[in-house]
Amino acid sequence: MLLSLAPSALPIGIHHIEKRFGALSILSDLNLDVAAGEFLTLLGPSGSGKTTLLMILAGFVRANAGSIKVGGEEIITMAPHKRNIGMVFQNYALFPHMNVFHNVAFPLKQRRVSAADTKQRVDHALELVRLQGLGERRVDQLSGGQRQRVALARAIVFEPRIVLMDEPLSALDKGLREHMQIELRNLHRRLGMTTVYVTHDQREAITMSDRIAVMNAGRIEQIDQPETIYAKPKTKFVAGFIGESNFIPVECRNGAIWHENQRLRLSGPAPSAGRHLMVVRPEKLRLLANAEQAGDLNVLRATVGDIIYQGDSFICYAALKDGRQITLREYCRSDVLANLPAPGEPIALGIDASDIVLVADQ
Amino acid sequence: MSAVSAGHEHAGRIDGTLNAAALRADTRRQALGFLALLSPGLFLVFAVIIVPVGWLFWLSLFDETGTLSAANYARFFEQASYIKTFMTTFKVAFVVTTACVLLGYPLAYLLSQLPRRAASICLVFVILPFWTSVLVRTYAWLVILQRKGLVNSWLIDHGLISQPLQLANNFTGVVIGMIHIMLPFLVLPLYASMKSIDIDCLRAGMNLGASPAATFRQVFLPLSLPGLASGVVIVFVLCLGFFVTPALMGGGKVIMWAMRMEQAASLYSNWGAGAALGVVLLAVTLSLLGLFRWLLGARAAGVWSSR
Repeated sequence: MLLSLAPSALPIGIHHIEKRFGALSILSDLNLDVAAGEFLTLLGPSGSGKTTLLMILAGFVRANAGSIKVGGEEIITMAPHKRNIGMVFQNYALFPHMNVFHNVAFPLKQRRVSAADTKQRVDHALELVRLQGLGERRVDQLSGGQRQRVALARAIVFEPRIVLMDEPLSALDKGLREHMQIELRNLHRRLGMTTVYVTHDQREAITMSDRIAVMNAGRIEQIDQPETIYAKPKTKFVAGFIGESNFIPVECRNGAIWHENQRLRLSGPAPSAGRHLMVVRPEKLRLLANAEQAGDLNVLRATVGDIIYQGDSFICYAALKDGRQITLREYCRSDVLANLPAPGEPIALGIDASDIVLVADQ
Repeated sequence: MSAVSAGHEHAGRIDGTLNAAALRADTRRQALGFLALLSPGLFLVFAVIIVPVGWLFWLSLFDETGTLSAANYARFFEQASYIKTFMTTFKVAFVVTTACVLLGYPLAYLLSQLPRRAASICLVFVILPFWTSVLVRTYAWLVILQRKGLVNSWLIDHGLISQPLQLANNFTGVVIGMIHIMLPFLVLPLYASMKSIDIDCLRAGMNLGASPAATFRQVFLPLSLPGLASGVVIVFVLCLGFFVTPALMGGGKVIMWAMRMEQAASLYSNWGAGAALGVVLLAVTLSLLGLFRWLLGARAAGVWSSR
């Protein structure tokens, strides 16, 4: 069977990886387990070490220490060409002196696959990425999206145990990028190969991944499903990097949390005593006509600074009593628009207890 | 400007002629401006290339007595020494170019793989000979290669040979001297093309299962061919018209095309014969370049156009 459905997908175990360039530590004691058939995204700002980790997985960069096991087999010292890992490069890295067919057939040629078999498998791979019939095209006759698909076909045609992708969509324009995100995800579901995907685009990570590992300064800050990463960030970095966040300093004493001598209700158990940051997403804040409407909501009082209309929604920038800026986002429903406050007006902002997340104030 | 009319006055006109004449005039003015800027360069090309080459061609049509004749060209078919010179010239150019490829490719590859700093230091050593006159370098080779020169003395002193090798004043000497002078012309374009090869292409080759040797053969080598081709063309064409080194290192035994021209002009004062040699060399070189382009054209089109 051609490009079989995932019986060969293997788990990856990455343990105690250390990577230094001179005195500069890029990765320190990095541990990560990827399940067989999982789509895992490494998400982080540039310089967080995500690409270095991918290069170590592919074998292009040698780690200083650590272990990488694919299906239980240690590959940390294995030469790149023996690893049987497919990779999609950021700039596609298609061979400019070969046409589409020969690009995709390249890995099969190295594996001494017969000509008839090669033809069949290349045709099938091109069909999967919807490029059937373009085999004779030269690489420079293709659009960016088509090159992207050729790179993808080339990376999966030899049924690798693992597929790595290094920001494969970053060179495409927005519409095409969003389209390819869905296509990549569907292809992954059909073929089921273990996939490690690198991006700095948080929306892309949330759209595509089974799990996201958020990296910062050579460490993994949090690894969870997209919903959990967004709703329950564990650190200030994760809350700030994924989505927009308001950070409001709070203090925990006597089993309750306080902001400026105002007691706030929490849905979960109270955290340890001391200072924390309350993370509130702008869309979780509600604009209240008056504080009496609040009911069970926590209420913060603020003064409107500016209101910016964005078509589907508007953003309200307001200042809390201590002068701290806070951002609110509301969809433009007619009842909201009818009661829109003017700049300078005092407002009451409601927060549901279950929407409050506390992180350490670093 | 009065010739340009504001659009609203013509709101009713949709025949596509609004300001057309003014826009045409503007296009013409711009073209004339470009031509004016180009004219000094065009004049220079005309004065130092077109006129002398034309004059050379004109001269080649007259024999020693000043009468119009094809005698200067007939000589190529009648005199065996002309044909021999022709063959020698191509033989030298071929051997030197081949040797430059064999020496220059590994050198350029090494340079392209070195860290940036080390590469720029090594490049200085490639370029340094450029700053020394060809004459000085050729005499230096004579000192090294002659019967009692450095190479022969060293070999005899160490008992490796009993009789000195004939390294200068013959074909070998000409080739050695010319390789030294031609090598940078091959290495520099080749190095530039190797540096422009995307390292991710090589990584992709290995990632897809090609060993380092297979990646070199199937990815790096084909991608470096355009640079190699331009280096080969430059060296080969320069060799065809080379004078100083064959004249000094050949010991009078290796007569190349340019030396014939010099003889015709200064020894026999036959400008027509020399001019005909020049015209034939120019024609041969141009047709070789054309042939080369044609041979490489189909194959390299993909590589070049995708840069």
